[in-house]
Amino acid sequence: MASRSYGKGLRALSITTVLAMTAALALTFFYAPLEAEQGFLQKIFYVHVPLAIVALCGFVLGGLFAIQHLRTRDPRWDMRSYVAIHMALIFGLATLITGAIWAKGSWGHWWVWNEPTLVSFLIVFLLYATYQPLRFAIEDPERQARYASVFAVTAGAFVPLNFIAVRMSTAFVHPRVLGSTSNLPGPMRLTFLISLAAIALLYATLCKYELTAKHTRAQVRALRRRLAGETAGTRGRSAAPSALPEGAQRPGSGQPETLAPSFGAGSAPGTVG
Amino acid sequence: MSATVGKDAAAPPAQRMAKRVGLGRTVGAVMRKELLVELRTLESVPAMSLFAVTTFVIFHFALNRGSVEGDLASGILWVTLLFAAILGVNRLFVADAEEGGFDGFLLAPVDRSAMLIAKGLTLLVYLLALEIVAVPAFSLLLLGPSVGPALGGLVATLLLADVGIAVIGTMVAAMAVRTRARDLLGPLLSLPLFVPIVIGAARCTAPLLAYAHRTGPSGRWLATLGVYDLVFGLIAYALFDFLLED
Amino acid sequence: MPVLEVEGLTRRYGERDALSEVCLTLAEGRTLVVFGPNGAGKTTLLRVLATLLRPHAGSVRVLGSGLPDEAWAVRGRVGLLAHEPLLYRELTAAQNLRYHARLHGVGEERIAELLDAVAMSRRADEPLRTLSRGMVQRIAVARAVLHDPELLLLDEPYANLDPAAIELVSPLIGPASRRTRVVASHDPGRGLAEADVVLGLRAGRPALLAAATSVAPAEITELYR
Repeated sequence: MASRSYGKGLRALSITTVLAMTAALALTFFYAPLEAEQGFLQKIFYVHVPLAIVALCGFVLGGLFAIQHLRTRDPRWDMRSYVAIHMALIFGLATLITGAIWAKGSWGHWWVWNEPTLVSFLIVFLLYATYQPLRFAIEDPERQARYASVFAVTAGAFVPLNFIAVRMSTAFVHPRVLGSTSNLPGPMRLTFLISLAAIALLYATLCKYELTAKHTRAQVRALRRRLAGETAGTRGRSAAPSALPEGAQRPGSGQPETLAPSFGAGSAPGTVG
Repeated sequence: MSATVGKDAAAPPAQRMAKRVGLGRTVGAVMRKELLVELRTLESVPAMSLFAVTTFVIFHFALNRGSVEGDLASGILWVTLLFAAILGVNRLFVADAEEGGFDGFLLAPVDRSAMLIAKGLTLLVYLLALEIVAVPAFSLLLLGPSVGPALGGLVATLLLADVGIAVIGTMVAAMAVRTRARDLLGPLLSLPLFVPIVIGAARCTAPLLAYAHRTGPSGRWLATLGVYDLVFGLIAYALFDFLLED
Repeated sequence: MPVLEVEGLTRRYGERDALSEVCLTLAEGRTLVVFGPNGAGKTTLLRVLATLLRPHAGSVRVLGSGLPDEAWAVRGRVGLLAHEPLLYRELTAAQNLRYHARLHGVGEERIAELLDAVAMSRRADEPLRTLSRGMVQRIAVARAVLHDPELLLLDEPYANLDPAAIELVSPLIGPASRRTRVVASHDPGRGLAEADVVLGLRAGRPALLAAATSVAPAEITELYR
C-alpha cells in the first residue's frame, strides 16, 4: 500500500540525523580552532551559514517541485513543494535569528544593513511569509495548488536574483569568515562541511516527518468519511494541501449508482438523437 | 434575421476549425477594451496620480523639509511611485474577475499570453501616465535641484523600472484577484518582488537628483534593472497560463 | 459523427464530486436538456464542455476533439450563455460585442446584424450598467452566437427574459436555430418541449438519461425532491 512507502526509512533517516548533528556539534565545540579575531562567537558560523544555505536550497527545491506539479498536475508534487517551502521558512527564520545574534556579538547591533546575506534573507522571508496567506485565501483546492505552484516558481527564481541585487548594493563586504569557505583552514573547513551535512539531513528528516504526518491525516480523514458517510469529516478550509494517496479508495466511488428504472424505457444510454 | 441562423452546417464538425486570431490582434483587442474601460470609469490613473501628489505633501510634513535632494529625494520618489503603482495593480483585473471577462476571453480561439501582454502594456501605460503627473509635481513641491539636466537619465531609469513593475504587477494582480483577500495579497506579494527594482532604480536616480557630483545613472544598475525585467518577463510568460485556466 | 461524446466524466471540487461518471452522446442538430436541483452539476457540466474546466476523469469529445488536450480546437466553435453575461458593465453593447468580435475574428457587420436581431440597436451605445437585466441577457445572447458556433451551451437561457424577449431570441438560441444545443433548465414544461434528449442530474450523478418523448414531466419534478 502506498502509505507504507511514506514512513519507510524514517527511522534510519532520523538516527543518521541525530548522529550527524551530534558529530557536528562535537566538532564545532571541541575540534574547530578558536578564530583569532572573533573568538568563541565565531562558532555560530557553523550553524548560521549551513542554515542559510539549506533554507535557500529549500526555497529553490520548493520551486522545482512546483514546476513538477504544474507539469504533471499531480497533487503530491504540490504537497512536496508546500512542505519544502514551509520547512525552508522555519530554517530561514532560524537563519535570521542566528544572524542577528552574530551581528549583536560582532558589531553590537541586532540588525546591520551591510550584511547582504542577512538582508536578502529578510526580503526572501517577507515574500515567503505570504505563501500561506495566499493558499488560505483560495477556496478551490485545485486552484490553490496551482496558484501556490506559480508563486513557488516565481519566488524560487527571485531568491538568487534578490541575493545578487542586495549583494551589489552593499558597498563594503563585512569582515566575516563566511562566503569564502574555500580558503578556510582544514579543521574549520571539515567542521563546516559536517555541519552543513547535518543541517541538510535535519531538513530532509523534518520534511519527511511532515509529509508522513500530512499523508496519514488525509488517510484517516478518508477512512472516517467512508465509515460515517459523505457528510462526516469534511475538512475545514486550510492552507495546507490535502493530497489523497494514489492507492486510497475515494469515498463514494466504485459503486456506480443504478439509474432510475424509468430510464430503461426503450432507449439505450445516450444513444438517443 | 434569417441570416443569423446556422449557415454552413453541411460541413462535418471534425473538419472545421475556428479561425485562430493572431497574437498581435488579440493584444490590440484586449488593450483597446482596457483603455476604453479606463476612459469611461477613470478609476486607475487619476487615483494613482492623486495619491502620488498627496503623498508628496505628506512627506513634506512628515520630514518637515521644504526641499530634498540626492538619496532622500530618490527614495521619496520611488516609495511614492511604487505605492501608487500598487493602487493600479490592485484594480487591474477586478472588472475581468467580477464581470466574467476571464471566461469571455478564455472561450475565444486566441493565445492566452495575449492577456498577459495586453495587461502588462496597459499597466505600463498607467505608470507612464502616473509619472507624467507625479514627476513634475515632485520637482515642483519637494525636489531641490532642477530636474532639467537629469531628464534623460531619469526617463531611462523610469522606463526600465516601469517595465519590471508592469510585469510583476500583472502577474501578482492575476494571482491576487481570484482570492478572497485580493486587496491585501496584492501589495503583500508585490512589495518584496519590487525590492530589487527599488534598489536599482533608487541607485540610478540618487546621483541625478543631487546638487553636487551630478552624474548619469550607473550603467551597471541600469543593466541590472534590464536583466531583472527580462528574467521576470520570461517567468511571467511561462507561468501566466496557469493562472487563467481551471 | 456525434457532436458530444462523453464517457465517465468526473470533475471534483476538493474531495467532493461535482460531476461523477456522466455519460452521454449527442448528435448534430439535437438538443440535450439538463435538469437538476441547484448544485447538481449542471453549470459544471456546461463549463467542462465549454473547455473552461478540465475534466478530472473520463473521456470527453466535443466536436470531434478530446478534452482537455485538444481544447484549443474546440474554442471558438462553442457558444456559452452563462449565468453571468460575460460582458463588461462599463462598456456599451456595441463596444462589448466589438471586443468579442475581434477576439473571434468576426467582421463588424455581424455586430449590427445581431444587435438588430435582439432589438438592441437603439440602445447599443449605452453602458450595460444602465440597462435592465433582460436587455443585458439579450446582448449576452448576441455575444454567445456572435461567431456562429456549432454547439450552443445555454445555462438557464430564459432566466431574465420576458415572453416577448424569449420570442425574440428564439431564432438565435431556441429550437428554431437548428444548432446543436445543451440547455440547463429548471422549467420542466419548456425544457421538455425543446428537448430531444433529457439528462437528469442529482448531486453530480446522472439519475435520468432518456429520449424526451419517453420522459414524463413527473419524472423531472421527481429529481428535485
